[in-house]
Amino acid sequence: MSELRFENVTVRYGTGRHAHVAVDGVDLVVPSGHVVGLVGESGSGKSTLARAAVGLVTPASGRILLDDKPVPTRGRRPLQMVFQDPYASLDPRMTTGESIAEAIPRRAATRGAEGGYFSITEGGKLSSACRHAEAERLAELVGLPPGTVDKFPAELSGGQRQRVALARALAGRPDVIIADEITSALDVSTQGAVLNLVRELQRELRLSMLFISHNLAVVRYVADYVAVMYQGRVVEHGPAERVLLDPGHDYTRELLAAVPRPGTKLEPETPGVTP
Amino acid sequence: MAASRRPGTLRKAARTPLGIASGILLGLILLLAILAPVLWTSQANALDVVNMQQGPSAKHWLGTNLLGQDLFYQVLVASRLSVGLALGATAIGVSAGLVLGTAPVILGRRVGRFITSVINVAVAFPALLLALFFAVIFGIGAQGALLAIGFASAPAFARLVRTLSASVAGLDYIAAARIAGVSRFRLLTRHVLPNIGEPLIVNATIAAGDALLSFAGLSFLGLGVQAPSYDWGQLLNDGLQHIYTRPAWALGPGVAVVIAGLAFNLFGEALAVGLGNSVPRLGKLRSALAAAAAKSKAVIPQPPSRTAAGDAMLHVRDLRVAFPGGVHPVRGVSFTVHRGEAVGLVGESGSGKSLTALAVSRLLEDPAQVAAAELTLLGQDLRTAGGGAGTGRGRAAGAMPDRELRRFLGTKAGLVFQDPMTSFNPVKRIGPQLAEVAAEHHGLSARQARERAVDRLRAVRIPRPEHRARQFPHELSGGMRQRAMIGMAVMGEPALVIADEPTTALDVTVQRQVLRLLKSIQAAGDMGLLFISHDITVVSQVCDRVLVMYAGKIVETLPADGLADARHPYTRALLAAVPSMETPREEPLAVIPGRPANPADLPVGCAFAARCAFASAKCRAEDPALVADDSGHEVACWHVDQVLAVEPTAAVPTDALIADPESVSAPQIAGETA
Repeated sequence: MSELRFENVTVRYGTGRHAHVAVDGVDLVVPSGHVVGLVGESGSGKSTLARAAVGLVTPASGRILLDDKPVPTRGRRPLQMVFQDPYASLDPRMTTGESIAEAIPRRAATRGAEGGYFSITEGGKLSSACRHAEAERLAELVGLPPGTVDKFPAELSGGQRQRVALARALAGRPDVIIADEITSALDVSTQGAVLNLVRELQRELRLSMLFISHNLAVVRYVADYVAVMYQGRVVEHGPAERVLLDPGHDYTRELLAAVPRPGTKLEPETPGVTP
Repeated sequence: MAASRRPGTLRKAARTPLGIASGILLGLILLLAILAPVLWTSQANALDVVNMQQGPSAKHWLGTNLLGQDLFYQVLVASRLSVGLALGATAIGVSAGLVLGTAPVILGRRVGRFITSVINVAVAFPALLLALFFAVIFGIGAQGALLAIGFASAPAFARLVRTLSASVAGLDYIAAARIAGVSRFRLLTRHVLPNIGEPLIVNATIAAGDALLSFAGLSFLGLGVQAPSYDWGQLLNDGLQHIYTRPAWALGPGVAVVIAGLAFNLFGEALAVGLGNSVPRLGKLRSALAAAAAKSKAVIPQPPSRTAAGDAMLHVRDLRVAFPGGVHPVRGVSFTVHRGEAVGLVGESGSGKSLTALAVSRLLEDPAQVAAAELTLLGQDLRTAGGGAGTGRGRAAGAMPDRELRRFLGTKAGLVFQDPMTSFNPVKRIGPQLAEVAAEHHGLSARQARERAVDRLRAVRIPRPEHRARQFPHELSGGMRQRAMIGMAVMGEPALVIADEPTTALDVTVQRQVLRLLKSIQAAGDMGLLFISHDITVVSQVCDRVLVMYAGKIVETLPADGLADARHPYTRALLAAVPSMETPREEPLAVIPGRPANPADLPVGCAFAARCAFASAKCRAEDPALVADDSGHEVACWHVDQVLAVEPTAAVPTDALIADPESVSAPQIAGETA
């Protein structure tokens, strides 16, 4: 029951002459319980939009609403984000258990019982033993082997780190998860496992999700809706099937043509043509 | 807290010879500072009126002062005040620096910016000037000097803390903690401080040595410790008035200051060096590797017959790379690249594919050890007796000296790396960086080199090359930078281009353009291309032949247009793992169960057996050799027949997925929340 809505959001970096509009009047809706895939080239503003949603950057104008209310910046954070680089998104000096536990809200609020995936409370406030148990449960939920909570990130593979990052995002009991290129730093062999997990979790927990990627094949696999961003604007938006089978914008067609297909040889660039 | 559960880097750093020696010295000085006043105060204060103002003697090693007090004991006793003041001042400096430097993290952007500029202004004043200034404010004497030197060192620490914490604050895990609702104070204590602690400790240790000298300086100027108390600076001050008649009076405390200062500084330096780079022990690695290479000679499959043909350009046989500690990431790789041929090297991270490329281009340095039965480019032996590519069996016949070899490789092989931003020097313009290659390896004049650079930029289809040549790397987009990198690789007339994940950092659209460029450059120059990637789809789009690598060995070589005919379970799994535009959306993606083999701990038999659905007892006992069929398709697997009987996409049965942590998916989660 949580819909994330961007209303005419503009984000600027820098001031005056050096100002750069990263996101330019974006309207976008992530419907409750659905996955919106956001595609576009680097520099198109998709990561900036994600960072604006979780409050890491402040929009110059426009509103970001969760169920028609501004996204709260205190207490429980209903929006959580998973980052691209699993080697930079975990504190190297904290065990994975500590990293996950840190994101568990101090006070176990209402959602506990009926929300489905959070239940251990003790007078409204969580004891550290409870937090540890909850961290262990979340680690198990994302398919990490027992004992992982006592390990440091350096002892884990890239895929396992990304699972830890997912568990930490879930620890905040979010309504919406923003996944920013979460598989692009992973090997293809690990990418599949993480994508499977993301899809399963999303369906089980009925999360709304903004899934950012530049890989159309990945987005197609995960997303119900696809939005295409180009130079700070959303140039196309619609159900995944429609956008991918019958693209309306030139840039979308270009993206589709660029998806690598096994065995199809690329012809050499023709001389004289400047890209 | 964390350090007790994890081997601390600082502790490791202190275990170098310099660290141990300076650590012991420092320990002795601290011990002296604690014990000397207890043991020798009476001797130091005793008045020996008979022997006033004496030079060194058997009774008084450094002589006596105007009151007849023994100077040697005074120097010993003064150690507590001197060292104590130095440590106190450092503590004040570090504390003030921490408060100032971390305030921007706590107080938010606007106040933070103000504090940062205050720090910047304060840093502009020389520390000694500040110390003198504060000494006047806080008054003359030990306490005044302590505060003066402490606060004078604060700006430098504040700046250091500010810089360190700003670099940590920009990292994703800080952002993640902020999103999780962690308070700013907790961010500071839990995430920022622990991650800046080590460099801070190193700097504080060195600063303590400096503070020691500063106290000596202030006392020497008469601003520091006042009689009847004495520290080394004050003793030095007294002694110096008689330097020509009684040199020992000044030399004694002087030597004490120097030794203590050195102990602090050397220990700090040892920690800093240890933090910067750990020094691994080489041991008998080289000879062990050579022995392994020699022993394995008997079982190496002979190179495929095609290599006998005259167009073989790069020829590699039984290439091995090892690191200290029994880590063998490349274990006997053999392949050939022919003129005009594009060969792809595919594998997961840790498969040894990049190390193979680096070993071939002779870019691996100690502690990596490279050995090969044969390693030739255009018939030239790339192995040398010394350096990183030693074979351990003496200089191979026809091998070049190192310098000539580097020039040979510089002209005949071009390299393209994943991230052009880190491969280019950020403060040099693109043109001169390309020209440098030509001037270095081809002996072109500066002007010719410049023209060649522009010509190469044009060749990689960079628009307005004359203009681009004058730009800095950061002014180019990612795709343009990668084009320029390819331009750099073809500055000479390379026979071989080695591209290591050249498009992994790029978007699909730009990736496509760069791949097509690579292809056309290769075709135009009739070059060999060694293309390394983890994505078999991308490789198959560019290459003629694909080598699949796993755990340091080639497990299959097959034509790029024959991927559907892949025979090794690993190749099939790699192919199935990449989602395409046709992947069914309702089924879970195929995954490769388990983790890649650890090059430090390889199993006896086939390294892939633990992740393979076809593995049998034979696989776990014997490593299959790479065997070629009539068409040249090579595969290293005991169960090719069984693999061929299964549909390619179903190479990994789904029941194999659950047992492994890396690939747990649907079933467990469903069970969890049901």
